[in-house]
Amino acid sequence: MEFYVQLIVSGLVLGSIYALVALGFAIIYKSTSVVNFAQGEFLMLGAYFCFSMVVQYRIPWLWAFLLTLVFSVVLGLLVERLILRPMIGEPIISIIMVTIGLSSVLKSVVTTIWGTQIQIYDPPLFPDAPVNIAGIPISQVYLWSMGLSLLLLALFGLFFKYSKAGVAMRATAFSNQVALSMGISVKNIFALAWCIAVVVSSIGGILIGNINGINISLGHFGLKVFPAVILGGLDSILGAALGGLIIGVLENLSDGVLKSLFGLQGIKEVAPFVFLVIILMVKPYGLFGTKEIERV
Amino acid sequence: MSVHHCGDFKQTYADDMKVMQTRFIQVCIGLFVILLYVFPYLGSNYHVSVMNKIGIAVIGAVGINIVTGFTGQISLGQGAFLGVGAFACSYFMREWNIPFWFAMPMAGLTTAAIGMVFGSPSLRLKGLYLAIATLAAQFILEYLFLHVDKVTGGSNGVMFPSPEIGSFAFDDDRSMYYLILTVAIIGVLFAVNLFRSKDGRAFVAVRDHYLSAEIMGIHLFRYRLLSFAISSFYVGVAGSLWGAYTQYITPEHFTIHESIHYLAMIIIGGLGSVLGAIFGAIFMTLLPFVLTGVTANLADYFPQAGYFIQSLREGIFGLIVILFLIFEPDGIAHRWRLIKAYWKLYPFSY
Repeated sequence: MEFYVQLIVSGLVLGSIYALVALGFAIIYKSTSVVNFAQGEFLMLGAYFCFSMVVQYRIPWLWAFLLTLVFSVVLGLLVERLILRPMIGEPIISIIMVTIGLSSVLKSVVTTIWGTQIQIYDPPLFPDAPVNIAGIPISQVYLWSMGLSLLLLALFGLFFKYSKAGVAMRATAFSNQVALSMGISVKNIFALAWCIAVVVSSIGGILIGNINGINISLGHFGLKVFPAVILGGLDSILGAALGGLIIGVLENLSDGVLKSLFGLQGIKEVAPFVFLVIILMVKPYGLFGTKEIERV
Repeated sequence: MSVHHCGDFKQTYADDMKVMQTRFIQVCIGLFVILLYVFPYLGSNYHVSVMNKIGIAVIGAVGINIVTGFTGQISLGQGAFLGVGAFACSYFMREWNIPFWFAMPMAGLTTAAIGMVFGSPSLRLKGLYLAIATLAAQFILEYLFLHVDKVTGGSNGVMFPSPEIGSFAFDDDRSMYYLILTVAIIGVLFAVNLFRSKDGRAFVAVRDHYLSAEIMGIHLFRYRLLSFAISSFYVGVAGSLWGAYTQYITPEHFTIHESIHYLAMIIIGGLGSVLGAIFGAIFMTLLPFVLTGVTANLADYFPQAGYFIQSLREGIFGLIVILFLIFEPDGIAHRWRLIKAYWKLYPFSY
């Protein structure tokens, strides 16, 4: 029993970080209809930047965290302005390819600056000592990470629902032209979407870096997020959050169960994608995605 | 014998549909093919090995261009399909003792079948959702490569027996060159002719406007699956040739990077153009050699920068892709058409 609870808890933690990254992904897709294959690299870059601040320059955590956020905003603005804006109006495959190109640029920047060894936050952001909840020991890092991601998700949910910028973003997502004619600067909204996406990915990177350490394979997170966003529906923020949590739990459970029952290795890497195929077959537009109606 | 028709005065459909419009073009292409066949006598072993890689890339790129460029379905699983072809071919040859000449088409068919399985979501999905479904195919197949040890040898990989005719084995660069070149020419010819046929036109119609295509009576699902099948057949053949050429295959080679590499080829070369696929394959295959040369030279001048330059290589690849997409979105094939038009119209600029 405890084994399964542990699996579910660590699945939820992983899932909440998936949810954060998926949120960034969905924001970009929703307001600019760009599919961002470089989401995982943003996460990695954020984690490494914070690592530099904390470990190499010995800046206190709070300041390092804020500096990372500033860095993420600048990165988001630069990427949007230099790379994505010239691509407006190009076919979808070109835009996918440009983000793939961006991901390999970012990856090589990271390996150039920080090398390929695994790095560890020292001092860690959260203490590692486990606390007992209903008789089951759960690491504090897990609790903090999950709490922080859920808080952020809730904050962004409120932002989209009530703030002026959030409403403008939803309007842009609905139709660029209508938004323009209502006096919303679509360009600014695009830039804002990229900034938010990079910021939430960076935070996700810092959280996951606290749990597993930082290395170059963090970029894979960007690909693992696809099942989450597809499950939730590509253009739904709530869907991204729920999808992330569900995929995280499913991934951990199937990994743990299949390993203990059949001795299968490495299910973790592939399980989300098997679910992805099943979801696509059963519910192509996900749980909350907009269903396109077409008739001949 | 004119170089190029200066106007459009064809009187029969057959005339209009000709692949090579004038005798000059026929002669040029004929000479080019002959040059390709005598190339091993002119170039060094190194050049021949580069050409072999280009040849395999051409077959794979023409294949992926059929599904992505012509039918408009983004496929992110080419790398894995390449692996399916290679492992299937090696399995047929080792376990069933089928000679390469039959095993290669069988591997192509196997890959086509697997491609159709992963293309079947196209019944309900299109565009981005389908792209992500093929991404899933990539990861699921990669997992199978590592864990179905009987066929793939797991992470150790398997030997790939050399193709043979009688007692003659194709086991060096030069003999493989002729094999690869011949298959590549057949593949390119088939692709060029495919797009003069009913099915090829249907592919383009599905890409350009699938609703209109359906209204005109094109069975969308059938043609989408067919494009996946033909494309995967090409990729499977390319995979078999890759195996025969390297003689030893491991799952390491067939990762998402390979898929991205092939996608980059057709985007840089030109989507929806057989010539574009060829240009792209040449460009992307030569790029690493050029980069290696440049970085080796730079490392001589700046010894301490060598490490940085090495790790920047992947970044340079990404940068070139980005710059190409921003400044030359229609690919090299489009530029080639512009150059041809320039000389045709010279000295008039219009």
